Order: sequence, then C-alpha cells, then structure tokens
Amino acid sequence: MKKLMLSGAMAALSALPALAQEAVGPIKAPDAAAMAGMVDKGDTTWMLISSVLVLMMAIPALGLFYGGLVRTKNMLSVLMQVFMIVAIIAICWVTYGYSLAFTGGSPYIGGLSKAFLAGVGTGSYAATFSNNVYIPEYAFVIFQMTFACITPGLIVGAFAERIKFWPLMIFSVLWFTIVYLPMAHMVWYWAGPDFLPDNTADAGLLWGWGALDFAGGTVVHINAGIAGLVGCIVIGKRVGFGKENMAPHSLTMTMIGASLLWVGWFGFNAGSNLEANGLAALAFINTFVATAAAAFAWVMIEQIKHGRPSLLGAVTGAVAGLVAITPASGFATPMTSIVLGLVVAPACYFFVSFVKAKVKYDDSLDVFGVHGIGGIIGAIATGIVADPSLGGQGFFDYTQFPAVAGAYDMGTQVWVQVKAVAVTLIWSGGVSFLLFKLLDLTLGLRPTADDERQGLDQTSHGESAYNM
Amino acid sequence: MKMIIAAIKPYKLDEVREALTAIGVQGMMVTEIKGFGTQSGHTEIYRGAEYAVNFVPKMRLEIVVADGLADNVVDTITKTARTGKIGDGKIFVLDVSKALRVRTGETDDEAL
Repeated sequence: MKKLMLSGAMAALSALPALAQEAVGPIKAPDAAAMAGMVDKGDTTWMLISSVLVLMMAIPALGLFYGGLVRTKNMLSVLMQVFMIVAIIAICWVTYGYSLAFTGGSPYIGGLSKAFLAGVGTGSYAATFSNNVYIPEYAFVIFQMTFACITPGLIVGAFAERIKFWPLMIFSVLWFTIVYLPMAHMVWYWAGPDFLPDNTADAGLLWGWGALDFAGGTVVHINAGIAGLVGCIVIGKRVGFGKENMAPHSLTMTMIGASLLWVGWFGFNAGSNLEANGLAALAFINTFVATAAAAFAWVMIEQIKHGRPSLLGAVTGAVAGLVAITPASGFATPMTSIVLGLVVAPACYFFVSFVKAKVKYDDSLDVFGVHGIGGIIGAIATGIVADPSLGGQGFFDYTQFPAVAGAYDMGTQVWVQVKAVAVTLIWSGGVSFLLFKLLDLTLGLRPTADDERQGLDQTSHGESAYNM
Repeated sequence: MKMIIAAIKPYKLDEVREALTAIGVQGMMVTEIKGFGTQSGHTEIYRGAEYAVNFVPKMRLEIVVADGLADNVVDTITKTARTGKIGDGKIFVLDVSKALRVRTGETDDEAL
C-alpha cells in the first residue's frame, strides 16, 4: 500500500516537467535533436512487433493460404514464389524503394535522396499522425518494408499453377518499382503534421486530394487485385481448366494460413496507426469484428445456397472482411465495421461464384474476386464509415498547426475515395498489362503444357512437397 | 478354398472385421481403394466451382477361407456392411488353387 502511494507521488512529480512543456505548446518543424525527445518506447515497440506480424502474413500465412488451394504438384511453387518475393523486394526496398516512396519530390513519386538508406540512422525519425510524436525512422522503414514485401506476393494467386519462376520474379521487381512505389507515394507520403503547415504541397497526389486509406486498401489490395486480374487474362487459363478437377489439395493448410493472416493483420491495420494508443486499439477491434462478420455472412450464404457451410467459405469470407476493413480500420466504429463485413462477403461471393464463371477468366485463387472487389468496397465504404455523424473518426486538417479536426462531408469524401480507386485501377491495371505483355513476348511467362501437367514443383524447382 | 473380395464403406471396416473374427476367419488383407459403381461419385463445391469426384473411397477386403466357410463369410459381410443406401459395396467369390504359409511351408487349408 505504501509502495503504491509512493509511486503515485512519483508519477505526480514526473508529470510536472510535462506540464511545463505543455505551456510552451507543440514545437513546429522540430529538428532531429528535438525529435529525439518526442519518441515513445511504447510506440517503437509496437511498430517493431507490428512489422513482425505483417512479415508473418506473407510468410508463412499467405504462402499456406494460397498453397493449400493449389494441387499437390504445385504446392512448393506457390510457397517459393511468395517466399522469394519477400526476399527480393526487401532488398529493393532498402536500396531504392523506401526513398522513392517516402521522400518528397513530386506528387507522383519521391526522389533518390534516401537511396541505400542514405541519411537514415538511429538518430533519424519518422512522423506519425500526431504533432510532436515521432518513431525511429528505421522502425518506419521496416514496417513499410513488410507491406512492400507482401503486396506483390498477393498477385501470384491469380495465375498460380502456370507461371515460370524467374519471369515472375522479374515482373515482381518491375511491378514493385513502377506500380507499387508510385502508389505508396501518392497515398501515404506527406511531410508530417509538424512540417505540412509550412509547405502544404509536400504530399502525395491522393493524400493531397484527401483520400482516406488507413492501412492500404488502395496501395495493397486493389493494386494487387487488379494486377492479378490482368495477369491471369494475359497468361491464360490453366491446362484443363473447366474440365479437370482442380480442387484445393489441403484446406487444412489454407485454414492455418488464413488464421495467421487474421492474426498478422492486427499488425497491418493497428500498426498503421504508427502509435500505440486508443486509435490503434480502435483499428484492432474494427479489424477483428469486420472479419468475424464477413466470415459469418459468407457461411450463411453457403448454408442458404448449398445447404452446407464450408470451411473454405468461412476463411474466404474472413479474408474478404480483412481486406475491406483495411482502409477503414482507423476510421470506422466496431458497429459500422460489422456492417462493412456483412456487406463485403456477399459482394465477393457473387464475384467469385458467378461473375468469374460467367466471364470465364481463370483467376486461380480469386485474387481479384477477394482482394480487388473487397478492396474497392472497403475503400469506398471508408468515405461513409469515417463520417463523424456515424461515429467515425473523420479526418484531421494537418495544414493547421497543431492539427484540428476537418469539416467532414460524406458525399465529397466518397467521391474522393472513388477517384482514388479509379487511379489505382487505371495505373495498376494499365502498367501491369504492359509488363505482363512485355515479359510474355520476351522471356515467356508460361511453362510448357507438359511441364504444367507434371506440376511446377518438379519442373521448376526439382522438388516434391510431400515425400511419403 | 475360396477368395472373397469385398469393397465396402470405409467406416464399416471395424464392424466387419469383428463379425468375421467371430465366425472363425483368421486373417484378411485390407487395402484403401477408390472406385465407382452405381454410386458414381459426388460433387464438391469450392467457392462456387463444382467438381465431380468420380472415384469414391472404399475398403477392399481379400479373405481366403476353406470352401465350407465361404458362404458364411459372404453372409456376414453382407449383413454387417449393409446400410441400405447406394454405395454399400460389392462382393466377389473366386476359386483359389493353392495356398502356402511362408514360415512353415504348410499348404492349402492348413496354411489359412
């Protein structure tokens, strides 16, 4: 008891200097020395943990989620593609990617001033969404690296079971450079709350428009979804598509993968808050319940339509929910998140079950049907659920110092969201098409029909997934 | 000697084994197989894509017994493995010309 009172008194004492600082008010455009005093160990810890969680989403989660859905003979090819994309993109990220995405320059792409991480050190800092709160720049570089590593990996599901390994790796690097980096710059780059008021133009194009994308609905999911759709159309259908049994070889693996995705996604969404505070917890709970609602909704549709709830339906619904809540996670309320989950599941279900069959493209693992469609719905719905009149968080006007809440207009916001979706679809869809065509005409994207029939594990990698 | 080959539903295996042991059958060979008959498979649905599974998993039993026991074995398998639904399986009876126990060299009925 005595100890408790003592520590209470100590806390009161230590609060005094903080009070004194508050009287001065936040510091505009602090230098690195001042930023050093604006770093919280809790925030830093949270960002490092979140980075680990997002890496886990790629390997093994995405690998297992996708791998379980292909046939036995292609299991390793999918795992290998996802794994090596992570490795190669990580190198690209630190050598030039981070600089192009997260330095100023133009509204479309950054510069090369931080290439090879020049100027980034233990004494440099990255801005958060709060005035005078910073995190170590390395932590920000790492966190964003995990996003860059998983996004090209999402695409491979669209043309799984029929792609050559090295051309895919080359595609991934080109796509990362020409599509991902400009998108990340346009959506996420800005000068930070302590610097923007002095130079309001120092931000990416879509950020400047006021597009809201909390954790990457446009940059990650729509971006990868449309690239996947374009890719599977350019590459063509699998040999035997529509005639042979292409049922998943291990839904057990798929369930493990999907569950790890769900867990990892807390790092993805709640980590995107950059600070460990109430907003991070809000993003966390929104991510949790939107996913739960979408899994439930998908399973109910199957129960009504087929008379049986399937595991694959449950996990697909969950992933659709995760995708949809991603851009909205820091803006919605738990209740509007549930509604979003309930809406996205039927939409994605309709796409993967009916539209795909009608249009007859072979998006093997439904990258567009789940990530593309779920991402579009989530991105547009973000404009609705962020509205403070629905309990949403609205947005901050960072051109003021210190930042103040902006005047929210749902119609305007939804229109901005639609424009952001359109830019992503056009840029990613268009450039991806050119890249796929270019590689198909030069190196060739597709293995021979014989190799494809034998399976990519043996023909591309000289291994078998299961030796029993 | 007769060989009885039976294809039955996999989950009926234990029941059939117990019933056959009870009437004096002293050994059998069991293999997991796939096949089709009247049941001719089923469909599975993955995200709306329907796949026909043409070959259904079954258990194949091979039992060799003395002539006198053969009818009893067939009756016992029939009674035990029957559910009355499509897919209960089939039984075939073949003549066996010779049997030999590897360890002792005993032949025919003594070898069973």
